[in-house]
Amino acid sequence: MTVMRTRQAVIQALSDEMESDPTVFLMGEDIGSGGPFKATEGLIEKFGDTRVIDTPISEMAFLGAGVGAAAMGMRPVVEMMFIEFIGVALDQLTTQGAFFRYLSRGAYQVPLTIRAAAGAGMGFGCQHSQILDQWFRGNAGISLVIPSSPQSMYGLLRSAIRSNDPVVILEHKGLYGERGDVITGEAGIIPIGQARTVTEGSDVTIVAIGSTVLTAKAALESQSEWSAEIIDLQTLIPWDKSAVMKSVAKTGRLVVIEESSYSGGWGAEICSEVVTKLWGQLKTPPHRITSPDAPIPYAQELEKRYLPSSDYVVSQINELLKTGKSPAAWWEGAK
Amino acid sequence: MVTSLTRRGQLNTEVGRLERMLEIRAVEESIQTLYNDGHVRGSTHLANGQEAVSVGIASVLRPTDVVTCTYRGHAAALALGVTPEGVLGEICGRVIGCSGGIGGSMHLMDASVGLMPTFAIVGAGLPVAAGVALAAKLKNNDSVALTIFGDGSTNIGAFHETLNMASIFKLPVIFVIENNLYGEYTRINLSTPISDLADRADSYAMRKEIVDGQDVDAIINAIQSAVDFARAGNGPSLIEAKTYRYSGHSRSDPATYRTPGELDEWKKRDPLDIAANKLILKGELSEVDLEKMKSDIADRVAEAIKTVLASDGPELSTLMQHVSAKG
Repeated sequence: MTVMRTRQAVIQALSDEMESDPTVFLMGEDIGSGGPFKATEGLIEKFGDTRVIDTPISEMAFLGAGVGAAAMGMRPVVEMMFIEFIGVALDQLTTQGAFFRYLSRGAYQVPLTIRAAAGAGMGFGCQHSQILDQWFRGNAGISLVIPSSPQSMYGLLRSAIRSNDPVVILEHKGLYGERGDVITGEAGIIPIGQARTVTEGSDVTIVAIGSTVLTAKAALESQSEWSAEIIDLQTLIPWDKSAVMKSVAKTGRLVVIEESSYSGGWGAEICSEVVTKLWGQLKTPPHRITSPDAPIPYAQELEKRYLPSSDYVVSQINELLKTGKSPAAWWEGAK
Repeated sequence: MVTSLTRRGQLNTEVGRLERMLEIRAVEESIQTLYNDGHVRGSTHLANGQEAVSVGIASVLRPTDVVTCTYRGHAAALALGVTPEGVLGEICGRVIGCSGGIGGSMHLMDASVGLMPTFAIVGAGLPVAAGVALAAKLKNNDSVALTIFGDGSTNIGAFHETLNMASIFKLPVIFVIENNLYGEYTRINLSTPISDLADRADSYAMRKEIVDGQDVDAIINAIQSAVDFARAGNGPSLIEAKTYRYSGHSRSDPATYRTPGELDEWKKRDPLDIAANKLILKGELSEVDLEKMKSDIADRVAEAIKTVLASDGPELSTLMQHVSAKG
């Protein structure tokens, strides 16, 4: 076990996979110099410029090249410096790479990993702060993981690289500097599709992923009136239904905390599935805590308000438990 | 049984190449009838008039080289070796189709001869071909990638990004523009300020060549030079084949936008006639031989259609197969 920052866990995972598998290589903008978050620092010195390939600012070309190289048996790890940058290249993942296996009846597979810095809270403004999980959901053929700690960054990234299908890994930029214990090596690898129970509890199940796992933990620790079972989904596609069902069957209450906007958020699917499968067993309506349907503002006080804070989570859960009804969101202005 | 690979080998002779071009024409001409009879869904995009480009390419590449091609891909698939049953079966959504009936006309594939599933988004095959070439380079083998696309693709970002990247990385990839003068329904002079699209290579310091797309021998020479250049580690080429499509963009396009007489002018330089006449002039083929060849091919395509129509559609279970590695 080693203490490291999340960005160092990225480097460690990449380095370990590159050492164990010669087909793994990295491609992206400025990755040789480590990039704006120093998440690939030192790798070009270790592996050389044929395995750490700096590209022009041409996302469509190098994402598509990742698809093509993957189809030929390589394991490319393509970096989008910020997840928004994939907007100009999305076709190559969602329409080409994601369907290659299907269209070729398995003759070609695309073991491609796409890493991207994502998420709000750092003052990057609305074009460099989104989490954008919604761009990848509902698209067959892709997996999506969002780590919440140095350990899950290490373990999920290694799994992503080993996957035989495209995996998008959204690396929350607010977490890059967080420190934590990391078990490296095979024992530290976390399978895709598996949630983690962060805390045991009996009053409410809180389902979170990425940054909202930290929000949930802070909320839980800041009060003593209720206990919560926090489930870190770790993988959003495919999400771990059995872990969520098991917990909600026990607590009878579901709260989902999402970093993304309310409309079309992933929590809606979790709530729908829980209501459908646990009909009659819920003590309160399932409740979603999300960001509002607005672009992400720059000013610190506004960005802070935009994201679900731990205080807000506490007040929402308090009200849910007290009234038995789903509380209004702050932007709805009710109450 | 005739495999795609053995059919690929048949392109080793001039006669074999002529036969394949005639077969492509016959297969494509049968599609409208199949559509009228209710066997074809969605859209189809014919390449009649452009047969020499596909056959020239397939004659030069090794089966281990990889091709990415657009949705106008019937000719490329047949040229690379896919059987008429494989192509027509796919167009008719039958299990004997080259993609098992899952892809349709726009998604033909055959990994045994290096044909990746054809790309139905304009420009999408270029970055993927660059990635195939990058893999060859990283694995240090001498395979090449070749991507076939239309003049319309030269105005999409993927074209420019990929040419630039392929050039700086010196990737073993050959970019082939089938300049058939129309991007969908729009004539090239209305969409593009230059007439020689190969000139776009200049911006990327890339080797370029303009070639007569109606002459299979000229295509072979141009492709061979580009392939030799790429295999030797010198990097990519952009080849512009000047050609013409006799049909509209897709099945629903009657091509009323053409200049009067343009189609007839191009038909005077039909790639099949050019290839046949060369053989006749050399005394290697008689008019009688040619007629026999055409009638044999017509019979062969008719047989293929019978086989296709007797074939089942794909099983329901295939709908959920190969979605991911798990299923």
